Amino acid sequence: MKAKFLVPLVLFLALAGFLGYGLTLNPGVVPSPLVGKPAPDFRLAKLDTPEEQFGVADMRGQVWLLNVWASWCVSCRQEHPILVELNRGGVIPVIGLNYKDERKDALGYLRDHGNPYAVTVADPDGRVGIDYGVYGTPETFLIDREGMIRYKHIGPITRDTVKNVLLPKIAELSRAG
Amino acid sequence: MIGELGHFALILALVLSLVQAIVPMIGAHRNRISLMAVARPAAQGQLLFLVFAYACLTWAFITSDFSVRLAASHSHTATPLMYKITGVWGNHEGSLLLWAMTLSIWTVAVAIFSRNLPEAFMARVLGVLGWISAGFISFTLFTSNPFARLLPAVAEGRDLNPLLQDPGMIIHPPLLYMGYVGFSVAFAFAIAALLSGRMDAAWARWSRPWTTVAWVFLTAGIAVGSGWAYYELGWGGWWFWDPVENASFMPWLLGTALIHSLAVTEKRGAFRSWTIMLAIGAFSLSLLGTFLVRSGVITSVHAFAVDPARGLYILALLVLVIGISLVLFAWRAPKLAGGGSFDLVSRDSGLLANNVLLAVVTGSVLLGTLYPLFLDALNMGKISVGPPYFEATFVPLMIPVVILMVVAPFIRWKSDTIGRFGRKLAPAMIASVALGAGVAFAVGHVTWRTVLGLSLAAWVLIGSAQLLYTRLAERRGAVAAAKLRGIPAAWWGMWFAHLGIGIFIIGVTMIGSLEAQQDMRMRAGQTTQFAGYTFTFRGVVGVDGPNYEAARATLDVHRGERLITVLTPEKRHYVASQMPMTQVALHIRPLRDLYVSLGDQLEDGSWLVSLHLKPFVSWIWAGCILMGLGGIFAAADRRYRRLAERTLPAGSTSTQTS
Repeated sequence: MKAKFLVPLVLFLALAGFLGYGLTLNPGVVPSPLVGKPAPDFRLAKLDTPEEQFGVADMRGQVWLLNVWASWCVSCRQEHPILVELNRGGVIPVIGLNYKDERKDALGYLRDHGNPYAVTVADPDGRVGIDYGVYGTPETFLIDREGMIRYKHIGPITRDTVKNVLLPKIAELSRAG
Repeated sequence: MIGELGHFALILALVLSLVQAIVPMIGAHRNRISLMAVARPAAQGQLLFLVFAYACLTWAFITSDFSVRLAASHSHTATPLMYKITGVWGNHEGSLLLWAMTLSIWTVAVAIFSRNLPEAFMARVLGVLGWISAGFISFTLFTSNPFARLLPAVAEGRDLNPLLQDPGMIIHPPLLYMGYVGFSVAFAFAIAALLSGRMDAAWARWSRPWTTVAWVFLTAGIAVGSGWAYYELGWGGWWFWDPVENASFMPWLLGTALIHSLAVTEKRGAFRSWTIMLAIGAFSLSLLGTFLVRSGVITSVHAFAVDPARGLYILALLVLVIGISLVLFAWRAPKLAGGGSFDLVSRDSGLLANNVLLAVVTGSVLLGTLYPLFLDALNMGKISVGPPYFEATFVPLMIPVVILMVVAPFIRWKSDTIGRFGRKLAPAMIASVALGAGVAFAVGHVTWRTVLGLSLAAWVLIGSAQLLYTRLAERRGAVAAAKLRGIPAAWWGMWFAHLGIGIFIIGVTMIGSLEAQQDMRMRAGQTTQFAGYTFTFRGVVGVDGPNYEAARATLDVHRGERLITVLTPEKRHYVASQMPMTQVALHIRPLRDLYVSLGDQLEDGSWLVSLHLKPFVSWIWAGCILMGLGGIFAAADRRYRRLAERTLPAGSTSTQTS
């Protein structure tokens, strides 16, 4: 067996090793430059009562989730029941950021599917979304008592994410304070 | 009930594929004709059961049987019948079943058309195909059962992804699969050759037409996919270097190298181990493509089954199939030395150079596709590799390929001198550079890219014309028509395919240089000037489709006073899947397309309208059609049928050449 004829085999096995390792990685997880930075401030009108305003400052002292959603977003429907469960458990307040949406569509959506949000604010032109680097809904930010972003999740939250990622992180942050 | 029958048929097909994989192999090893003879009926029975299973699944879609999970997730009662049928393969499980069925069709075709092959060789070829089939059917059954029930059934399905509800999508996946899977035949021939030690010219001759046909399907599949992306995705690109596009392009590139390498192996007996390597490589890349699409290892618009268990299964399959074949290669290929000798300047060398270049191009595309994975695995950060990388590596590597492609047919086999064919081609070379620069100047876009692209295209066209002229001039005296008829189909195949590359380059260059686009806000009655045309926005009306609601805009297009066409782009909203879709309107002419897509309605009641001018875009697909046509000519050459008949006595006496 001449060595040069083994080259393709060796190259392939190295490639297969990478592919195998790649299966354990999740290409959807993109590190956000915002993690570890203060959550960009905003003051926006509440969705149900537009005359009232709400912002990051109102959540100071609490560990909370900011969930970016829209009634036109298909994958938001996928994660919606999980948010509703999360809310029912009372583990953590979830603030909704209603992104580039129509007010009546958004209210209709919450009426039909249940409202998991402690407060929802409306970001109809997506300005706040830009501050948060949102490039697709849904996205979810975990924010600590000092208003620092601790974790960012892109795409729909699954039960798996809640159990293995969010809950441990929330427990840790709650203890820390 | 129908679903269970389909499931049962699939299990029987798996059993038969295992029989086909094991029994004939043992027969070939022990030289027992009765065991070898099992291969054909096993392959035929397997096809029967796979077709039956596939028909059962289609039935569930057509009758909207939403107790079948797959139908519930990918169909809807209001889906048009055509898309109910194509929805069967518009998802992971169904497309795997199509894969398995396609492989089975190829296997039976090989069994029918290769009666003249020595029985032991045939048994090994069908045995290898049986192993691949067993791998894919078991993958389908164990990780992705298309017949899984959803109980209790839902009242209404979720509908097929609207992007896939399109005529292009009807034929794109089957064509692509015919291509991917077709390379399994070349692969099986190569493995059978390695197993039996028969790697002479006869082996190359048998696999040539099969490889060419697979290549034709792959070419057509990629072209249709590109056309679909062009008019369906709504922003007018025709190639994105998306990982999954690359996954289909890599086997194409290596398959192209394989076709040429097989030609040399058949004619001159040279490059045998290299040819075998390419056959293994082309099919391995087809498998790798399947892995990339199915595992979710790489982010892509196409990756639609992100499930680690499935990824692991395909990876195991990949390692088994490719690993075993490469071990076999390392063991047997060293005995393959020899074959015809040739000088540095010869057609043999020219083809080898192009082969190596194509392999390097394939490697660079592979590297770019997997680079994000490598970096991520090595913990060096997350990046994505985009078109700039591919353009920067692909274009410079393809330039010598195209130049050599024109030169090689003028060079003699075995030995030649640069002076001889150089003198012949020098005028063509000067003329093509002058023509390229001249045309670039005439269209008012003198950049090095445009000049280079047009010069290359001119080089191919002028070179092809000269080649035809030379060929006709070789036989003096005969009537032109008789001379044309005297040229074998294989030669025409080469000529058309190479000409197709030239046409393709014209399309790519012109659209890259002269494309124009303008985004407008328009309200009813408003007109705008764009690219020498006057567009009048007539307004938007609501239209109801079978499973969607649409806003349809009407635009009159005038050139001067003359009405050229009325375009009706749509913005559709698919009811069941709640997905918006853009349906562009096209006005296609040989030298340009007008491409209009409708955007969102703005608050003041006006609409966003995107107008594009796409010069020479049809030439891209015309080039692909010519390439495919060339492949058909090449595969249909009478020589193969005659030689196949002749090899029966000759083949059975030929011995291992080591």
